[in-house]
Amino acid sequence: MRSFVAQTIRDLPPSGIRRFFDVAATMKDVVSLGTGEPDFATPWHIREEAIFTLERRRTTYGANAGMMELRREIARYMSKYGLEYDAETQVLVSVGASEDIDVAMRAILNPGDEVLLVEPCFVAYKPCVLMAGGVPVTIPTSADNDFRVTAADIEARLTSKTKAVLLSYPCNPTGATLERTEIESIAALLRERDLVVISDEIYSELTYGGEPHVSIASLPGMAEKTIVINGFSKAFAMTGWRLGFACGPADLIAAMVKIHQYILMCAPIIAQYAGVEALRNGAASVEAMRKEYDGRRRFMLNGLREMGIDCFEAKGAFYLFPSIKRFGMSSEKFCDRLLHEARLAVVPGTAFGASGEGYVRCCYAYSIDSIREALSRLRGFIQSI
Amino acid sequence: MRKDILSLMERNAKLTADEIAVRLGVSEADVRDEIARMEKEQIICGYNTLINWDRADSEFLTALIEVKVTPSRGQGFNRIAERIYRFDEVKAVYLMSGGYDLTVIIEGQSIKDIAYFVSDKLSPLESVLSTATHFVLKKYKDHGVVLNERGGDDERMIVSP
Repeated sequence: MRSFVAQTIRDLPPSGIRRFFDVAATMKDVVSLGTGEPDFATPWHIREEAIFTLERRRTTYGANAGMMELRREIARYMSKYGLEYDAETQVLVSVGASEDIDVAMRAILNPGDEVLLVEPCFVAYKPCVLMAGGVPVTIPTSADNDFRVTAADIEARLTSKTKAVLLSYPCNPTGATLERTEIESIAALLRERDLVVISDEIYSELTYGGEPHVSIASLPGMAEKTIVINGFSKAFAMTGWRLGFACGPADLIAAMVKIHQYILMCAPIIAQYAGVEALRNGAASVEAMRKEYDGRRRFMLNGLREMGIDCFEAKGAFYLFPSIKRFGMSSEKFCDRLLHEARLAVVPGTAFGASGEGYVRCCYAYSIDSIREALSRLRGFIQSI
Repeated sequence: MRKDILSLMERNAKLTADEIAVRLGVSEADVRDEIARMEKEQIICGYNTLINWDRADSEFLTALIEVKVTPSRGQGFNRIAERIYRFDEVKAVYLMSGGYDLTVIIEGQSIKDIAYFVSDKLSPLESVLSTATHFVLKKYKDHGVVLNERGGDDERMIVSP
């Protein structure tokens, strides 16, 4: 019988992570470094606000672009990165930053338009480009340059069809960050070009080592052509609330709101009230979690290096991306054997693009005790092979 | 570094200097020295174990006593406070603002123990004007730790993007 599934969807490659998860989920006594979300619960003052929202019967639809009160808080929050947005016309409250990626692509792409993606990257970028009829053009990065994309890397792939460049720093899965000077040279390259920059800054709060996050939109002449995507999931430990936002030029945000209103109407209202509380009073919780991650980051990096595993010092998000090249196995094979032989789940680098080959993603959003146990299993495994 | 060491140790006194050093990205020797200095300066005043005695099957009672006192000339409240905190069964003494002067927290094995302390030791003190004893019925949270809470199961998916 013929398939009724659309060709575009049939052609989408299956998620490497999903396949791996299906196997891991059936096994017992698995220790995992495979998650992509905080281990902390959402801070109580935020959860409590949501409960209060329910008690007040605030359970209706809201404005398509998001509650005005929340949009104002978002605009105010973004000023910490030197960004100025009009809450009325330049902010969209979304159902998580993932929605922003999808909606941004659909808002800007005509069939055949090219989007530059820096790999290894979040699993949804490529499918979102494809589903919007665009052509993903990948820019591989490697540990030689600490997984940082350079202006030259981008320039080499710009064509007359390039519609957008998608940047994502701090990076999932590598933990890489860009320094101000590097962002400046990328901005210098893109400033005069006729294209859109989409900057996914969902991990902006999670940087370590004293260098604060720099948004490319904050550089001269860039806000006019940049859609900044951010959200509550990582910094405020609010993954399950599904709440994100996008800020950018009014015409692009209006286009995104148009799509958003037809597919989702509005972000969950309870989450939006919680988001207001998070932005107003959550800074101390965010900093406490950031500090805790930083300690775990050092602990894990130290543990990996002690057993002779090569790993660059990632200074963002909550991932390390160690090299497993010296074990002479593909990432997938390594992760598969590690899961079956040592009951430890990490994610093969190839789940995030071809240039992730030879690496695995290890998340450190786990308690120190869990990380210690995971490192001990990893040590046992590499001694046995 | 001081503040970072303290905030780690406040939550877990069992952390070794080596672990603290790794987590803060400093040398073990520096951490060791800093802790020794803070002990000497009495910034770190001691190391206790937080025990939920209810689970240890032993009789245990905590009471909070509000005490009104007459301060003494030249010494203020310090003199009477010292008379009180010298008793071993007294676990904490705070000088308060508001309706009474001292909060005295006392632990004993029975009501009798605590009654004995209040009637025979505390009340007869000359500068003590009055006391009001409140027994603790249940401890929900102590020193920042929620008691009787089941260990945090990780409900996250094993692998997620």
